[in-house]
Amino acid sequence: MAIVQEQAAAELGSRHGPSRPFTLGYGRWWWALPAVALVVFMVYVTTAAGAFYAFTDWTGIGSWNFVGLNNFKKIFQNPEMIRSLVNTLVLAFGFLLFTNIFGLLFALALNRGLKSRYVLRMLLFMPVVIAPIAVSYVWKFIFAYKGPLNQTLAALGLESWQRDWLAEPKLALLTVLIVMVWQNIGFVMVIYLAGLATVPVDLEEAAALDGAGTFDRFRRITIPMIQPSIAIATTLMLIQGLRIFDQVLALTGGGPAGATETLATQVYKHSFVFGNFGFGASLALVLSLLILVFTLIQQWATRDRL
Amino acid sequence: MFRYSKKTLVLEIFTIIGALIMLAPFYFLISTSLKTSDQVLTTSSLSFPTSPTFDNFVTLLSPSSGASSSIFTGLASSIAITVGTIVGLVVLGAPAAYVFARSTSRWSNKVFYIFLIAILLPTQLGIVPLYAGARTLGLTGSPWGLIVIYTGTLLPLSVFLYSGFLRRLPRDYEEAATVDGAGRGAVFVRIVFPLMGPATGTVAILAGLIVWNDFFTALVFLNGSDYQTLPVVMYNYVGSLVSQWNLIFAVVIISMIPILAFYFFAQKRFIQGYAGGLKG
Repeated sequence: MAIVQEQAAAELGSRHGPSRPFTLGYGRWWWALPAVALVVFMVYVTTAAGAFYAFTDWTGIGSWNFVGLNNFKKIFQNPEMIRSLVNTLVLAFGFLLFTNIFGLLFALALNRGLKSRYVLRMLLFMPVVIAPIAVSYVWKFIFAYKGPLNQTLAALGLESWQRDWLAEPKLALLTVLIVMVWQNIGFVMVIYLAGLATVPVDLEEAAALDGAGTFDRFRRITIPMIQPSIAIATTLMLIQGLRIFDQVLALTGGGPAGATETLATQVYKHSFVFGNFGFGASLALVLSLLILVFTLIQQWATRDRL
Repeated sequence: MFRYSKKTLVLEIFTIIGALIMLAPFYFLISTSLKTSDQVLTTSSLSFPTSPTFDNFVTLLSPSSGASSSIFTGLASSIAITVGTIVGLVVLGAPAAYVFARSTSRWSNKVFYIFLIAILLPTQLGIVPLYAGARTLGLTGSPWGLIVIYTGTLLPLSVFLYSGFLRRLPRDYEEAATVDGAGRGAVFVRIVFPLMGPATGTVAILAGLIVWNDFFTALVFLNGSDYQTLPVVMYNYVGSLVSQWNLIFAVVIISMIPILAFYFFAQKRFIQGYAGGLKG
């Protein structure tokens, strides 16, 4: 659903009351009532309740006490939680960077000219529609000690590069990142292809005639013209990266020794495995605020262009 | 300038190599799923089986195995929950969007903001109270509870996509039908809703994919119940198999087939649905 977040934000800033010359009766106001009621309850009331419980010691059953900022103190004084927070940020920014680099490269290559472009576009988008959890299992096998990655390295004579990818803390975080990036390159590619379709061929040809090289044309024509796509692709990937959950649970379960825990996996563990709803809610609040703040920064940074 | 030159050929070759590397995981997925348990241990994980076998699929899906019933109930719950959510999103979202897109009153714009802001709000925070509430009402472990939750959280998306489409839709047909004496309900059901077909398709594809592939919400609300969706079934089943990759991958492939079949059938709509968020 993140796909339309950009537009929704843009529209929030630009909606003016419509002024239409005349209207016949179009629908009845109460047709919207069930939808409004459901969204108010399922989105607003629950979010407000979550924010409320973040300041309590509720365990999900029975009574609870206000504990003020205690839950947040526990988060920011606990090295394990700090580590999860740092992991979340590292994964989100790495995800944003690499999906955009590879997505843009594939989009540029497949924009026009290549004979295989339609087939390749279709195949590269394929991972996007598959469940992240299924994708993660495939990669878990690839990273296994006797798995294809180490075998390929051996075949290339690079035995010394072989590792137990999922067992070494730093490498395990890298594997999670690779799986996330791999699955979303096709998504970003499609966003950039839509942007590149708006760059007029004449403009590039004129620039080429005037002696601009490929890189100059890319920097001075393509990049400025696909600015909206860049804004959308980076925001979407950042938000999706911050929410990372499925891949961690399937690949490493948060291990080894908490090295790949993220805020979302901690929310899950503390709320639904350990039953500390109050503490889980405070973690969810931190995650939500992170997402909200980054969304707003992104909106502010790109406000003129949308 | 865009003639097919030698440079283009080089680019084409490099792009194809890049794409093949990207698609390598599918090769490992398929080749391993066609091996026997012995071959998984004895042959290289890079090799394709010399005598591919469908035994793993047969083992999983034959009625005598313990796995088949959970796979089939997983498939059934996934389909029921996805279809139920799409129906909810269309039935509640389409008329609401119609009112917002066509109304000239000031309050309708204000109420529309409720949906716009809801799209921006992160969903994580609501899950904890939702779970507690659903547990109190006995709705955890029920597919109905999950359909209501998905419908509520995805309605802003549905209303947004519908109202964007409706604003570009000319009113001529509605006006003609009204002049001919059709009531408001009839105009919507017989004229507007059929014209909204493409928007309904986009809502179904985007929301359907989100619900079908969702793991977190389904895990929280349905784990351990009789109505676990496919991702949860897969998660539990894989947890019970220690490194039996041939069987694991057969499960993974079975879970992928419905969505991939759908994708190849309607890939243009899928890609447009994702890229379509750009046009407004």
